[in-house]
This record gives sequence, structure tokens and C-alpha cells, in this order.
Amino acid sequence: MNNPFLWISLLKIVGILFVVILPMVSYTVYAERRVSAFIQDRVGPNRVGPEGLLQPIADVVKLLMKEDFSPSHVNPFYYWLAPTLAVMPAIITMAVVPFGSSLFGVPMVIADVNIGILFVFAISSLGVYGIVLAGWASNSKYSFLGGVRSSSQMISYELCLGLAVIPIFLLVGHLRLTDVVRYQIENGWLIAPFIGDWLNPTKWLLAIPMLISFGVFTIAIFAETNRLPFDLPEAEQELAGGYHTEYSSMKFALFFLGEYAAMITGSAVIVTLFFGGWHFPLPSWSGGFHWALVDGSAPGWKGVAGGLFNIVIFFAKVAALLFFFIWVRWTLPRFRYDQLMRLGWIFFFEIALANIFLVAGILTFAR
Amino acid sequence: MAVTVTRPNLNWREKIYLPAILSGLAITLNHFKRMLLGQTKVTMQYPEQRRDAEMPDYYRGAPALVRDTNGRVRCVACQLCEFICPPRAIKILPGEIPDADQFAKVEKYPEEFDIDMIRCIYCGMCEEVCPEQAIFLRKDYAITGFTREDMVHHKDKLLEIGGVMHGVVLKWNERK
Repeated sequence: MNNPFLWISLLKIVGILFVVILPMVSYTVYAERRVSAFIQDRVGPNRVGPEGLLQPIADVVKLLMKEDFSPSHVNPFYYWLAPTLAVMPAIITMAVVPFGSSLFGVPMVIADVNIGILFVFAISSLGVYGIVLAGWASNSKYSFLGGVRSSSQMISYELCLGLAVIPIFLLVGHLRLTDVVRYQIENGWLIAPFIGDWLNPTKWLLAIPMLISFGVFTIAIFAETNRLPFDLPEAEQELAGGYHTEYSSMKFALFFLGEYAAMITGSAVIVTLFFGGWHFPLPSWSGGFHWALVDGSAPGWKGVAGGLFNIVIFFAKVAALLFFFIWVRWTLPRFRYDQLMRLGWIFFFEIALANIFLVAGILTFAR
Repeated sequence: MAVTVTRPNLNWREKIYLPAILSGLAITLNHFKRMLLGQTKVTMQYPEQRRDAEMPDYYRGAPALVRDTNGRVRCVACQLCEFICPPRAIKILPGEIPDADQFAKVEKYPEEFDIDMIRCIYCGMCEEVCPEQAIFLRKDYAITGFTREDMVHHKDKLLEIGGVMHGVVLKWNERK
């Protein structure tokens, strides 16, 4: 155990997953309650602590003290397994996302695997198991219907999830997520390519398929995390709670937090692929006007400041995208189940597929 | 009878739904901005803002016993309010006023007068039925306590809430 890489990785895991991501999940719940209240012309929780900021802590205390009850009619092994399978994929996927440039010489990504995005897709597909097991093991009609609907929805939208981002990797050439970020540093964010060679028409032409890709991928992430307008599996008006009807206290908390953790991970992946990850160009006039790169590689305190700046920028972008998730939830009505499946299998699948051919064509003939 | 429902013909902008979605997003963002800047005042932040100053005269709050301007407790323990109270929240133990007292003419007074505020439904029947104008419903509505015993208002608490009532009929005057 003298291996420094192991210790540093352990520190990164504890420092990011436990200190940043898990509190971020509870505060996303708080943000949802506040933002949705403001959108609905009401105030939201503002009593516990200043402006209600200690509300998640009160919620945690309440959930910990609740009686952990298992109904007698459930299948005990899968009933206990399902909430963990709902939470773990969302958290594990954060391991490959680069949330910063580097700090004290340590790259700010827990596992910089060269299969990058394939890891994300593989692990997030495991999230389906949590829901289908919860619906089946609960041994109740509402849960079963909710579980079945949710699992079919998630599997359908995994198609367009994968196909939508293939154009990016056609462009970048590597699957590694840090390489995607490095490509965006040199050539501008994929949906806002304002860095680099302005006179190259191919670059501007490629922005159109990248926007299509961004749209399809974001909508697929909405469907994967069971967020409105695709939240039929947990529609209270129709299913009395859906697949988590029979769960209480800590197991329900795990489902609830798993949904928000999946939202955060989805936002993190979208930020990495389309919004330039941790990069934020600062204008610099020394030696002619250019966009200066701020990252953690400068020596001394400037490098530390740069590294911290990158981490803050990454989480700011994730927070902005989470605001967008909440904003859309309280704007759009819910899709009917057949409309949902039709969109996933016919509409978005074809658009993503056509997008791949479009980008391949542009790259072949314009280079 | 089969009825044919004609679907409206959508133009291309309506068919892709995106312009409608974007205008919907603009509406909700406007609501958010207005709440954030404090331009929408819908929610009353209770306990900092209350409507205690604007209560109507006929508002029925917690019951209270009153004294008159002579300092006498007006209740004569006739137990009419105890009889008529629908949830039976009032419990009275009547006692005799000793002959040496200034108000010996009245003969009866309540030794114990308990109103269980958990049972009280604030209907106002006790105030209506009282022949002595001794019990009135006040304007306070926030009655709280930690135990059931805390929530029973005894005679001293009721007199404290009630205070002195002016303008009531002085039935038991000396001259009669």
C-alpha cells in the first residue's frame, strides 16, 4: 500500500464522490424544490437555516430516523437489492468524467480510461436493473406497471443515447473523455466553436450536426433519468408512485437520490461532451488578442488557482444544466406512453442515425 | 353513431413543437424571474407577517372569561355553557360565595373552570347561551402546547385572556 497512485485515487474518490457529489445530490433536491416553487409563484422551503439551506440536512435526519419497514409480500432479496442497483451506476459513472484540469500535478479525473464514453454507457445501462427489480419484487400492480414502463423506456432511449454522440467521436478520434475536452480547448466548444480557426467553413458546417447531436443526447438523458416530460413511470397521478410505491425510509431515499445522482452524472457527461468540460476561455491581450487557457499546469500558486478555477467552472456548468432540467420539468406536460415509445424508436433513432451519416459525409468530402 | 373528429391542420412550425416549447420555457422563466426579484407577492411569510390587525369583528378565536368594571368575575357557574358545548370541552366545578363576601348576593361562582382547547371547536355556542355575558370568544387563534395538560385552559388563564369587559349589563347591582 505504498503506492502513491492508490492513495491519490482514494483521496480523489473520497474528495469528489463523498464530499462533493453526495451533498450535491441533496442540494439538487433543495434546488428543485426552490426553483420549482419560484416558477409556480410560491416560495418553497425557506425556514430551516438561512433561506432554507439546511433543509436537506433536516430531510436526512428524518429519513434516518424513519422505521425501515419491509412488507411481507415482497421478494426479500430483490427488494433489498433494487435500491442499491438504482444508485450505484449513477455514482460509478462519475469516475471517468474529468471534473477539472489538474491540481498539484494530479489530473482531476478519477479513472482516465481510454474507453471513456463506452464505460459511461455500459454502467448507466445497469440502472435499468434497479427499476425493473424494484417493480417486480414489490409484488404490487402499481409497482409492476411502473417498473415495466420505466425499463422499456430506458432501454428504448439508450439507442439514441449511444448513436447521438458517435458524431463527436468521429470528429475527435478518441473515446477518452479527456481527449474530447482537449479537442474542445483547441477548437472551441462543440456547440459554440468560437476558438481556433475562424475561417475554416468545415468547422462552422460541423456545428449543425453537433447541435442536432446535443439536442438528441439531452433529450435521451431526460428519458434515461425518468425526468419530465418522460416521467410516466413515476407519475403520481397515474401510478401512485410507480416502482417505488412499496418503499419507505432509507430505501426510498436511495431511489430518490439515485434519480438526482443520475441527473447530475448525465449533466456532467453533457458538459464534458458539448460544453467544453472544465474549460473556460479567458480573453487575454498579451501578444495579440487570444483566448488564454487557464488550467492547473502553471507552476506555483497560479497553477493551484487555475486548477481550482477549472473545478469551479465545471460544477457551475453542471449546475446551470441542472437548472435547465428543473426548468423543463415545470414547463412541459407529460408524454403519453405510446408517444414516448414512438419518439424513441422512430423519431430520435432516425435523426441520430442520419446525423452520423451527415457528419461522416462532411468529414470525408470536406477534409 | 360514429363521430369524426377533425384534427386541426398544423403548420410546419407547430409540427416540430420546438417553437411552442421555447415559448413555454420563456413563460416559466419569466415567472421565475418575477419571483426572484420579489415582484410577485403571493405568499405571506407567517409568523413574520400576520393578519391580526385586520381580523373581522365576528372572528371566533379562543374563549375567555371576563371581569366587569367592578372587578367581579361575571360567571355565576350556571353551567349552561358546559351543557351546550358540542364537544364537551368545558368543565365547571361550581362553588358557593361565602356570606361575608362583597358579592354574596350572587351566591354562586365557578371554583374550577376548565376549557380543553384540544376539544374546543370555536363554535361560539357558549358565548351565545351565557345569560351573564361572562364568556366571550377572543381573537387569538394560535393555541399551542407540548402536552395535553398544557392545552387545558384553567380559570386563571381564561381570566387572563379575557381581561375587563366594559359595556356589559350590570345585573347584580346593589340597588335591586
